[in-house]
Amino acid sequence: MTDAEELRRRTRELLAAHPPASTDRLDFLRARFDAGLAWVHYPEGLGGLGAPRSLQAVVDAELEAAGAPDNDPRRIGIGLGMAAPTILGFGTEEQKRRFLRPLWTGEEVWCQLFSEPGAGSDLAALGTRAVREGDDWVVNGQKVWTSSAHVARWAILIARTDPDVPKHRGITYFLCDMTDPGVEVRPLRQITGEAEFNEVFLTDVRIPDTHRLGAVGEGWKVAQTTLNNERVAIGGMRLPREGGMIGPVSKTWRERPELRTHDLHQRLLKLWVESEVSRLTAERLRQQLVAGQPGPEGAGMKLAFARLNQEISGLEVELLGEEGLLYDDWTMRRPELVDFTGREAGYRYLRSKGNSIEGGTSEVLLNIVAERVLGLPAEPRTDKDVAWKDLAR
Amino acid sequence: MEGPGPVKNERDLLYSEEEEALRAAVRDLLADQCDAPGVIARTESDTPHHLALWKTLTDGMGLAGLLVPEALGGQGATHREAAVVLEELGRAVAPVPYLTSAVVATEALLACGTDDLLRELASGTSIGVLAVALNVAPGAAHKLVRHDDGVLSGELTGIADAAVADVLLVPADDGGLYAVDATAATVTPQTSLDLTRPLATVTLDGVRGRLLGDAEPAVRRALRAGAGLLASEQFGLADRSLTETVRYLKERKQFNRPVGGFQALKHRLAQLWLESVNLRAAARNAADALTTGEDADMAVTVAQAYAAPVAVHAAEEALQLHGGLGMTWEHPAHLYLKRAKADSLAYGTAGAHREALAALVDLQAP
Repeated sequence: MTDAEELRRRTRELLAAHPPASTDRLDFLRARFDAGLAWVHYPEGLGGLGAPRSLQAVVDAELEAAGAPDNDPRRIGIGLGMAAPTILGFGTEEQKRRFLRPLWTGEEVWCQLFSEPGAGSDLAALGTRAVREGDDWVVNGQKVWTSSAHVARWAILIARTDPDVPKHRGITYFLCDMTDPGVEVRPLRQITGEAEFNEVFLTDVRIPDTHRLGAVGEGWKVAQTTLNNERVAIGGMRLPREGGMIGPVSKTWRERPELRTHDLHQRLLKLWVESEVSRLTAERLRQQLVAGQPGPEGAGMKLAFARLNQEISGLEVELLGEEGLLYDDWTMRRPELVDFTGREAGYRYLRSKGNSIEGGTSEVLLNIVAERVLGLPAEPRTDKDVAWKDLAR
Repeated sequence: MEGPGPVKNERDLLYSEEEEALRAAVRDLLADQCDAPGVIARTESDTPHHLALWKTLTDGMGLAGLLVPEALGGQGATHREAAVVLEELGRAVAPVPYLTSAVVATEALLACGTDDLLRELASGTSIGVLAVALNVAPGAAHKLVRHDDGVLSGELTGIADAAVADVLLVPADDGGLYAVDATAATVTPQTSLDLTRPLATVTLDGVRGRLLGDAEPAVRRALRAGAGLLASEQFGLADRSLTETVRYLKERKQFNRPVGGFQALKHRLAQLWLESVNLRAAARNAADALTTGEDADMAVTVAQAYAAPVAVHAAEEALQLHGGLGMTWEHPAHLYLKRAKADSLAYGTAGAHREALAALVDLQAP
């Protein structure tokens, strides 16, 4: 059992052997991974020590105090939050050894090739085909809403390998090389003016069978791990009080008394309370996870997050009065980072509209809560026993 | 002031094993002694309070003394345990004076250091009630009786559970808090919206009281604890309303389907679940803050600014989704609606707490 004291000792050893001030950033991150201090709850040899997840905070605090570089988690969120737990859960030993280290150090950025123009909420209806040819799979199709595809080295991909069985059963999960000549990434401009997302066209992309994750036809099951982690990653960030969208508008309220009205005051206080309560719920969820009693609250976090972001940013535009009629910049840009609270109020208002769509729409998440948490009857499924190729489209 | 500042130590928002054991014991007792038909029948009698249940809770289980130190005959427990008891009492809309006597009056006596009365309240041999109207928020103005020539006179209204009180804690216009023997006062029941926590008027006509201490800090402390722990009762009400409604909608069939399978209803219930999960976190936060005393004003204010609309929403949805059945006197949905609505006024409305919050976090009005 690795306890806090032991982790502190190992962290100090790492810092002594690789002083941050005189060590190359990447060398330090690799050394940290090899010392098992990257994500302590991962197994030994894969960046961890098999320690309780809660003890990561001990390592992070020591490293931060020593001024050690971090792996810029915001830049590699899809890899850390979605690809890594799925590879850990379903990958072969060889896949884990090949992919997890550069994923964690940020040497290789990951993106997610899941959604398609014809498969959004009904993701399992996806039509991108993967056909076996010798030791390879040949993939053809189109993916969409792909964040970071333009900077990604690898992608997690789900594709249809058997069109003759019902939709959930004919899907296989792959790790796709984004430098394959058959991968074409095109920017998809959003209502904010920038293109944070992409369309990805896959034309005769060859994926070796060694880059399949999980069994053939088991891709839907594997994808559940990715999707559950995505929702926790989007809604479950640990924040200080006023740490989210409520922060900027509260600051403006305090600094600019001339903008205040009674109506806005009532609405602001209500949203402030809801933000604080939502933060407490996230904290309670975190405490449950640490105590080894995971609760179903995670399913709800993203719902609350989306609604609050939208209401608060909408209020902020109103609060700004004449300035609320302006927008900082409509120039088409290609941001590397997804930043929900960055830029100005107008951007926040528009960007937050995506929060109730990305990572599962709020409507689908409400169904999930109703069915999986409350045990209410499932939606009628007319597609359950129909082969994918015979579905209406 | 520069905003609300950083959160210091994160609080323990979970339930301990001991707290879960306490919950199980209270829940078993309530299942046995406090079913809904019994509560409804009692509301129509001359004795709406369930004093036999109160005796078991206090005499048998010692729960009236949770907030009282062991040296004074209490359990030396904390607000966290009292909150768990209130969750369960809320789930059963139990007509017992727990919040009023074992929390609010007890906190006032703790503030004054009145050891003998604390002993009596802790053991449950006496029921104490703070003679301040139920809708008064912590720190808000309230009615006082006159103190002239050593006696107290005046009429106070909206005093919850006064009908079963043995001792009344009465704030007077000389700034003192007085203990008055309930038999020396005229207590007249008022026809109340919430039949399970009935109000009464208290009339004092030249009655002698015993000075306990300064009223202002004692009343403020008592009402703050009442407001904070009320959130746990409100969580109990909301959680029970939701659970019962979900259960009913899985059974009830219309259009050849369980009604709970219609997406319009599923989404409403999922929304309610989200609110109830949030309320639990806010209520645990308030209970823990009252226990440690750290940042308690903020935690109580946030909980009370959030709790009432959730409990009312849950009770209103329960009524609507039970259809005609929910509108009947026989079905217990109305008990929850009446309690939740009355609770939305108790110890200050959500709006009053939001106003208090504006000052606490420096989000001032125009």
